[in-house]
Formats: sequence, C-alpha cells, structure tokens
Amino acid sequence: MNYEDMEFFAPGHRACAGCAAPIIVKWALKIAGPKTIVVNATGCLEVFSTPYPHTSWRLPWIHTAFENAAATASGIDAALKAIGKRDDINIIVFGGDGGTSDIGFQSLSGMAERGHNILYIMYDNEAYMNTGIQRSSSTPFGAWTSTTQVGPSKPLGKEEFKKPIADIMAAHRIPYVATANPAFLPDFKAKIQKALSIKGPKFIHTISSCTTGWRHDPSKTIEIMRLATETGIFPLWEIENGDFSKIRITYMPKQRKPVEEYLKPQGRFRHLFNEPEKIKEIQRMVDEWWARFEVKS
Amino acid sequence: MKISRGATITEPGSTALEETGSWRTFRPVIRYEKCIRCMICWNFCPEPAIEKKEGENYPVANPKLIKMPVPVINYNFCKGCGICVNECPTKAIDFVREEK
Ligand SMILES: Cc1ncc(C[n+]2csc(CCOP(=O)(O)OP(=O)(O)O)c2C)c(N)n1
Ligand code: SF4
Ligand code: SF4
Ligand code: SF4
Ligand SMILES: [Mg+2]
Repeated sequence: MNYEDMEFFAPGHRACAGCAAPIIVKWALKIAGPKTIVVNATGCLEVFSTPYPHTSWRLPWIHTAFENAAATASGIDAALKAIGKRDDINIIVFGGDGGTSDIGFQSLSGMAERGHNILYIMYDNEAYMNTGIQRSSSTPFGAWTSTTQVGPSKPLGKEEFKKPIADIMAAHRIPYVATANPAFLPDFKAKIQKALSIKGPKFIHTISSCTTGWRHDPSKTIEIMRLATETGIFPLWEIENGDFSKIRITYMPKQRKPVEEYLKPQGRFRHLFNEPEKIKEIQRMVDEWWARFEVKS
Repeated sequence: MKISRGATITEPGSTALEETGSWRTFRPVIRYEKCIRCMICWNFCPEPAIEKKEGENYPVANPKLIKMPVPVINYNFCKGCGICVNECPTKAIDFVREEK
C-alpha cells in the first residue's frame, strides 16, 4: 500500500519557516505508513511538534529524554514481542545530532548491539539548535555556533572535526546504515523503504538544514542541502552489515562543485572567507574522502 | 490549564487547530498557467501547507496535463518560507509582500 498522499504530520507546528526537519519527518512517515510507532528524543522536532496540549503527530508518539530514546524504543520492541504483536509494526526513532551523536549515544549503541528491530533516524542540523545553537560533536569544522564564537584570537569557529556517526554505527555491523538528504528525494525515500524492509537495527543519518542556526534565507533550505551533496561535503551512501569494503555511493556527482558554493550562502561560515587557507583545508578533506571512489582521468 | 495524566495528548494532529498563516511576510501565489503539475512544491513544503487537489478546473500550462492533480496553497498554514518559490522549475510561483 502506498501512503504518499496521506499526511501523518499535521501543519500548525512551530518549526521556524523553512526548517528542514518537518520535510524529513513527513516523508519518512509517508513511506512508513500508519502502522508505525514514533519515539522522539528531546530537541527542536519534539518541541515544535508538540506544543501542549496539541500534537502534529497522527501516529502513536512518545517523547523521551536525550539519553534514552533508543532505550525506550528497545523497550517498545521487547513489549510488542512479549504480547505477540511484533509483526509488521515499524518503530522509528527521531533524534537530533546532540541527542544522538552526544547524549543518547550509549543507549543507541546498546540498541544496535542487542539487535533490536528499530529504524533510528538522526536529523542532523549540526548543533543544539533548540537551546540556542550550541556546538555538538556533529558541528562541522570551521562553523560558528554560540559556543564556538569567532573573534581575533579564534578566527575559525569550531576547530574540531565532525564526528562520523554513520561510520560509527556501521562499525556496529548492524544490517543497514545510510546517509540521506531530503533534497535528493527519490534516494531518501528508497533508503527509508529499504531500511524498513530489513529486520534488526537500522540507522539513517540525514542532513537537516536549520535556517536559524546556519544563518541562511529560509527559501534556500533545499538548495543548500542539495549543494551539501553536490560539493561532496555530505556524500550519500549505504553500508550493509558493516562491510565498509562494499560501501555503495548512491549519488555520484559528475563533477563535484567547489566547497565554497555550499559555505558561501551560510552565515555560520562567513568568517572563513577571511581565511582562504581554511577553505582549502575543507576542500582537501573532501577530496581525500572521495579519492577512493573517483577514477582519475 | 489542567494537565492530563502523564501529559498525554489524545487528539492526533491537533496542531492543525492552530493556524500559522499570520507568520507570513511574503505570500507565494501559484500562476497555474505556468504550472506543469510536477508537485515539487508539494514535496518540499515543510508545514505541509500545500495540498494536492483535482486539477480539472484549474488553468494549465499544457492541456495534456489537465487530468493531473494541482498544488493548492493553504494560506491558513503557509509561513511564507519561499522554499516552493525557490524550487519551482518553471518559476510559476510569485512571492508577493503581504499588505496589512
Ligand atoms: C540532559 C539534557 N540536557 C539539556 C537539555 C536542554 N535541551 C533541550 S533541547 C536541546 C538541544 C538539542 O539538540 P539536538 O539534539 O541537536 O536537537 P535540535 O534541537 O538541534 O534539533 C537541549 C540542549 C535537556 N532537555 N536535557
Ligand atoms: S531552530 Fe533550526 S532546527 Fe529548530 S525549528 Fe528553527 S530552523 Fe528548525
Ligand atoms: S513546483 Fe511549480 S510547476 Fe511544479 S507543481 Fe509546484 S507550482 Fe507547479
Ligand atoms: S512558502 Fe513555504 S510554507 Fe508557504 S507554501 Fe511555500 S513551501 Fe509551504
Ligand atoms: Mg541539532
């Protein structure tokens, strides 16, 4: 059955105009359909979708703390099994990057190791947005946040690299790990579909532009996320059973665009344009990642 | 307000009772005669504030498309982000300042 014409996520939510998170959620739910239970870690998505006493969710939904979204989902998996109703019900977790790569990581790792039948989707806006744009381990190198301020003695913004959360999840040798981008919608939908067709723990890392924290015009949300992949900064791939040697690149840019095209429209990278060496460094890191997939002509 | 036990919410999708159209400073307006009914705007509207409707009574860019559904913007919810305006491949959506 195809549920693409149904909306399981209602309007009236309080996301900033142009936020990518609701686009991710509405499409994940259209693919999953009505037999789905959603677990949602604290964060923007949870806050803007459930202004008490209202909710945007048209499916069973539970809010958890940061630390235990994957543990709560594991409990739901076990409970459904115990009452003999485990068949054909999807359990989907939505967690932010702070809630996933940092604070909820231990329970996520446990869920993966125990082999629960759950799809965990991390929507990555690359900072703790709901509390005012604080850096997370998923904030990229060079980005301004409210806790990686830019000034004469700190010209760079964040000086550390982004944690490779999808690689780390693949290293758990779970059946399915993918990166996804709603701007590449057919690929995004195919990955949700594929993940839900596989039994066991699945992890999808999706980019999620935040107009407020990334400092860009709200109309550019899809355009900027598309550039993230076209520049090669956010590659789209999937790995099954932790077999890194069989990584499948699901979108191969014919000619990668220069990273500047992605950085330029975002205020959080504005200072980098006074530090051309740093932009070169970002380009070099991206080139290095792609070197093994691109045949030199 | 009386808080329900466990702060449970029992009415699914009830944010739809609370409209967000007043957030808008710019209004997207679809020029149907330029619209090729590709539904890209519908794909990407974050609210979602674009509905899929039967298209036979709408102007159409190409008569061959008349049986296809059309996107219709629900201004009670549209926040005026402009994603649809930016993504429309035929530039069929105007973006006009809201007047008081
Ligand atoms: C243990 C704990 N620490 C801090 C907070 C405050 N807090 C609420 S939302 C939020 C930001 C969450 O960041 P992320 O998971 O990346 O989601 P986002 O808001 O960016 O979508 C924080 C720090 C909290 N609720 N619980
Ligand atoms: S702060 Fe960012 S992530 Fe949060 S609702 Fe606004 S745009 Fe979305
Ligand atoms: S994106 Fe443009 S052409 Fe496509 S359906 Fe929307 S208005 Fe019509
Ligand atoms: S302006 Fe934004 S909220 Fe309004 S219809 Fe277009 S995409 Fe939806
Ligand atoms: Mg975040």
